Amino acid sequence: MEYFIQQLINGVTLGSIYGLIAIGYTMVYGIIGMINFAHGDIFMVGAFIALITLLAVTAMGITFLPVALLIVLIISMLMTSVWGWGVERLAYRPLRGSFRLAPLITAIGMSIVLQNFVQVVQGARVKPLPPQITGGITIMEKDGFLVQLSYMQILIIVTTVLLMAGFTLLINKTSLGRAQRACEQDQKMASLLGVNVDRTISLTFVMGAALASVAGVMFLLYYGVIDFYIGFLAGVKAFTAAVLGGIGSLPGAMLGGLLIGLIETFWSGYFSVEYKDVAAFSILAIVLIFMPSGLLGKPEVEKV
Amino acid sequence: MSDFLQTRVGAALKDAALAAVITLLLASIMVGLRTKTEQGGLVIVGQWGLVAWMVGVVFVGRLAMSLLIWRGNNPVANAMNAMLPKQDTVSKIGKLVGPLLLLFAVTLPFYGNRYVIDMGILVLTYIMLGWGLNIVVGLAGLLDLGYVAFYAVGAYSYALFAQYFDLSFWVCLPLAGILAAFWGMILGFPVLRLRGDYLAIVTLAFGEIIRVVLLNWYEFTGGPDGISRIPRPSFFGLEFTRKNGFADFFGLDYSSMHRIIFLFYLILILALITNFVTMRLRKLPIGRAWEALREDEIACRSLGINTTNTKLTAFALGAMFGGFAGAFFATRQGFISPESFTFMESAIILAIVVLGGLGSQLGVVIASLVMIGGFEVFRDLEDLRMLVFGLLMVGIMIWKPRGIVSSRAPSVFLKEKKSVSGDLVAEGEG
Amino acid sequence: MTTWQDNPILTVEHLTMRFGGLVAVDDLSFEVGRGDITALIGPNGAGKTTVFNCVTGFYKPTEGRITMKRENGQEFLLERIPDFEIAHHARVARTFQNIRLFGGMTVLENLMIAQHNKLMKDSVFSIGGIFGIKSFRKSENASVKKATEWLERINLIDRADDPAADLPYGDQRRLEIARAMCTNPELLCLDEPAAGLNPRETSELNGLLHSIRDIDKTAVLLIEHDMSMVMEISDHVVVLDYGVKISDGDADFVQNDPRVIAAYLGVDDDEVEVAEAEAKVGQKEGATS
Repeated sequence: MEYFIQQLINGVTLGSIYGLIAIGYTMVYGIIGMINFAHGDIFMVGAFIALITLLAVTAMGITFLPVALLIVLIISMLMTSVWGWGVERLAYRPLRGSFRLAPLITAIGMSIVLQNFVQVVQGARVKPLPPQITGGITIMEKDGFLVQLSYMQILIIVTTVLLMAGFTLLINKTSLGRAQRACEQDQKMASLLGVNVDRTISLTFVMGAALASVAGVMFLLYYGVIDFYIGFLAGVKAFTAAVLGGIGSLPGAMLGGLLIGLIETFWSGYFSVEYKDVAAFSILAIVLIFMPSGLLGKPEVEKV
Repeated sequence: MSDFLQTRVGAALKDAALAAVITLLLASIMVGLRTKTEQGGLVIVGQWGLVAWMVGVVFVGRLAMSLLIWRGNNPVANAMNAMLPKQDTVSKIGKLVGPLLLLFAVTLPFYGNRYVIDMGILVLTYIMLGWGLNIVVGLAGLLDLGYVAFYAVGAYSYALFAQYFDLSFWVCLPLAGILAAFWGMILGFPVLRLRGDYLAIVTLAFGEIIRVVLLNWYEFTGGPDGISRIPRPSFFGLEFTRKNGFADFFGLDYSSMHRIIFLFYLILILALITNFVTMRLRKLPIGRAWEALREDEIACRSLGINTTNTKLTAFALGAMFGGFAGAFFATRQGFISPESFTFMESAIILAIVVLGGLGSQLGVVIASLVMIGGFEVFRDLEDLRMLVFGLLMVGIMIWKPRGIVSSRAPSVFLKEKKSVSGDLVAEGEG
Repeated sequence: MTTWQDNPILTVEHLTMRFGGLVAVDDLSFEVGRGDITALIGPNGAGKTTVFNCVTGFYKPTEGRITMKRENGQEFLLERIPDFEIAHHARVARTFQNIRLFGGMTVLENLMIAQHNKLMKDSVFSIGGIFGIKSFRKSENASVKKATEWLERINLIDRADDPAADLPYGDQRRLEIARAMCTNPELLCLDEPAAGLNPRETSELNGLLHSIRDIDKTAVLLIEHDMSMVMEISDHVVVLDYGVKISDGDADFVQNDPRVIAAYLGVDDDEVEVAEAEAKVGQKEGATS
C-alpha cells in the first residue's frame, strides 16, 4: 500500500510534465492538423535556457531561491516562446495549406536541426545540476518504508495544476481562445470574419512552447541532468499522451499525460524498468484499437 | 525615412534587420552563454563571437534572399526560372535519367574505389528501403513512422537464424522477407482501421516496441551488445576467403574488394527487384486499388474494394522489402545492434520518400543520392553534418512541397500517356 | 399491383436511424421495383442521404431490415454486411452527393478500379499478374473495352487519359455514374445526380438514366431536388419529410397528394425558406444530410 502510494505520487509528477508538453502537441494538431515533431525539442531548448539562466542568475549573485527560480521560469518561458514562434515561422508557415506530409517532414527536419544545433553550441556532454529544492514531507511510514512527497514534487504538481487552470480559462474565456477555436473549426471562414489566422496560429505555437518550457524547467529541477537528446523521448511520450487522450482535446492531453506517467511508474515499480516504454506504447495501441479517437477525442463521423 | 522604407531596398533592409534582431534574441542565451563542465559543477562562458556571426549571416542572407530571389521583379529569380526546364522537358529528361542512373550504378564498381563503392552500397540500401516504404506511403497513402521495425526484423531474422540454426544467407533472405511481411500483417491488422495520424503514432510505437524488446531481451538478441560475427554471403557457395574461395575458383588474385563488389551488385539486384515488382504491381489491380485508396477510401468501398485487405497487402509487401534490406544490412555489416534501428532511421527513410515525391520511384533514387550521398560527402563537418542534413530536409520541402518528382504516371492509357500533375494527386488520409 | 410491390429488388422495412438524440429516419418502409427508376424526395434534412447510407452499408441502421433480392434469386440483408461486400456481392452501386472520383487518376483508371474484383480474380490476386499470365491480359483487355464503351456512352472518350479532377463538373457527375455502372450493379443508387447541372446536361442525364434502366436492366434509386426531372423520369416516387414517409406512389399520385403539397410542394416560398433553415440546423447537429 505504501509502495503503491509512493508510485502514485511519482507517477502524477511525471504525468504532469508529460501533460504540459502534450498540450503543445494537441493544440497545434487541433489548429493546423499537423504533428509538430519538433515540439519535444522545444521542450529540450526550454530546459537548456532554464539551466543557463539559472547559472547566470546564480553567477550574478541572486541566491535567494524563490526569486532565482521565478526569474528562470519567466526568462525560460519568454525565450522558448520565441523559439517556438521561430520554428513555426521558418518551417511551417511557408507550407500552410500545402500538402499534409510536407510539414511533417519539415517538423522532423526541425527536430534534427534543433538537437544538433544545441549539441554544437552547448556541447554533447550531459549537464548535471545539483538539486536546488530538497526535502519533503513524509506522509506515512510503515516498517521503515517512507512515503515521501518532496517539495519538488509539490512544486511540479501545483505549478501544473495552476497553469492548466489558467490555460483552460484562456482558451474558454478570452478572445484569443475564441479565435483559436474558430480557426480549429474553419480557417477560411475565421479569416473572413476578421480573425488573423496567421497570428492565431503563431500564438498557438508560442503558448505551446511556453508550456513546454515550464515542463523543461521542472524536468531540469526534478532530474537534475539534461542533454541535447532529452527532447526526443519526452516528445514521443508526450505525443503518445496527446493521442491517448484524444488529439485535439485539451483535457485529453492532460489526462493522457497523467495516464502515461502513471503507467510508466507503476510498470517500473511493479514489473520491469526496461519495458516501461513498451507498456506505455502497448496501452496506447490497445486503447486506439478499441477507441480509435482516443479517450476524450471527438469520435470521427465519417462524412459520406 | 518612411519613404525609404517603402522602396524595395528599404523594405528588404527593414526585413533583414528584423530577422537579425530575432536571431539575436534566439541566440542570446542559447548560443551566447555556453555551459561548461568544470570542477565543482557547471559554469558558463560567453561565446558572443558566434552570436555576432550568426546575426551577421542571417542579416546578409535574408537581405540577399529578399533582394534577389523573393517577390517582385527580380533579375536573378527570373533568370533562374528561365534556366529551369519546363515541365514537359523535365518529364522527357526524366525518361533518360532512370536508364542513365542504372548504367552509372552497374558500371560503378569498374572505376570506383572502395570508398565510393561502400557509399554506393549505403545509398542503394536506402533506395531499396525507400522503394519499399513508397508502396505503403506513396501508393497506398498510409503514413508509417515505424518502417525501421521491419528492417530490424529482417536483420535480426538473418542474424539469429545464422547463429542458432547455422542457415546460410541465401536460405535466410526469403525467410527474413517472409517474417517481416508476417510481422507487417500482425501489426497491421488491428491498426489499419485507424486513420491518419493515429496510424502514424501507432506505427511509431510499434517501431519503438520492437527496438526496446531487441534491446532488453538479452539472452536471445544480445541486447545492446548486438549480434556479431554474422556470416558473410557466399557467391553460389563460394566464400570470399583467401584460400579455396571465390578468387581461387575463378583463378583471380585474392582481393578484399571482391566481396565489396559482390555486395554492391547484390543490393543493386535486390533494389531492382523491389523496383520491378512495385512498377509491375502499379499496373495490376492491387496496385491500382492502393492508389485509389490513397485518393478516396470511401469511394473505394462503394466500388466493392476490400480496403482492409488492400491496406494489409501494401503494409505486408512494404514490410517484406524492408525485411530483405534488413537481411542484406546484417550480412554486409557482420554486426547488428538495436542502435541501427532507431526512429531517426524511419524518419530518414520517410523523408527520402516524401522529398523524392510520393509514389515516384525515380524521386526516391534522387532523394537518396542527395540526402545520403550528400550526408557522406560532408563527413568532415562532423557535428555540423546532421545540422546541415536537417536544414536540407526543411529547405527542399519548402522549395518543393510535393517532392522532387511530383507528377504521376497513369497505370493504363487508351491513346496517350499523359502524366498527372502532382497537385491533383491526393496524399491519403490513413 | 405495381412493379415495386409485385417484384421489388430492394425492400426497406421499419428502417430507423438515430444519431444520438436525433431521429434522422423513423420507421421507414418502402420498396424499389426491379426495372424501375425510383426517386426519394423530400426537403433538406428529410433523411434521404441517411437512407442511402444505410442501404449502401456506410451507416448501420439502428433498427430495421433492408433486403436486396438479386436477379438470380439470392437475397442479402444489407444491414448485416459490410459496405464493400454490398457493392461486391449484393451488387448495389452508388454515387455521392459531393462527387468522389479518384481525382489524381485518369478517367480510364477510374473505370478500371471499378472492375477491381473481377480483375483481382483473373490475375490470381495480382500474383499471376506479375508474371503476366494470359487470363489476366485477356481480362484486362476486356475491362478496358468495357470502360471504353462506357466512355463512349457518356461522351468522354476523348478525355480518357486526362486526370478525373480536370473534368468539368457535369462530366465528373456522369463519370461517377459510369464508374458505378462498371461494377455491374443490379441496383444503382444516385445521390442528387442532377445537382449543379445545367438544363442541357440534365436532359442528357435523363437519357443516360433511361438507358441504364432499359439497356442495362439496372434498377435506379435516386435522391433529387430537381422536381421537374424527378417527375419526368421516375416510375415511382417516395416522399420523406423529417425522416417519415409521407407519400409513396407514381409521379402523378405524389404530385396530387395533399400531404406532399402541404409539406413540400405547395407551401409559400418564405415558408419553404423557414423550413429549410430549420432543416439545416438539424443537418448540422446530426449530419443527417
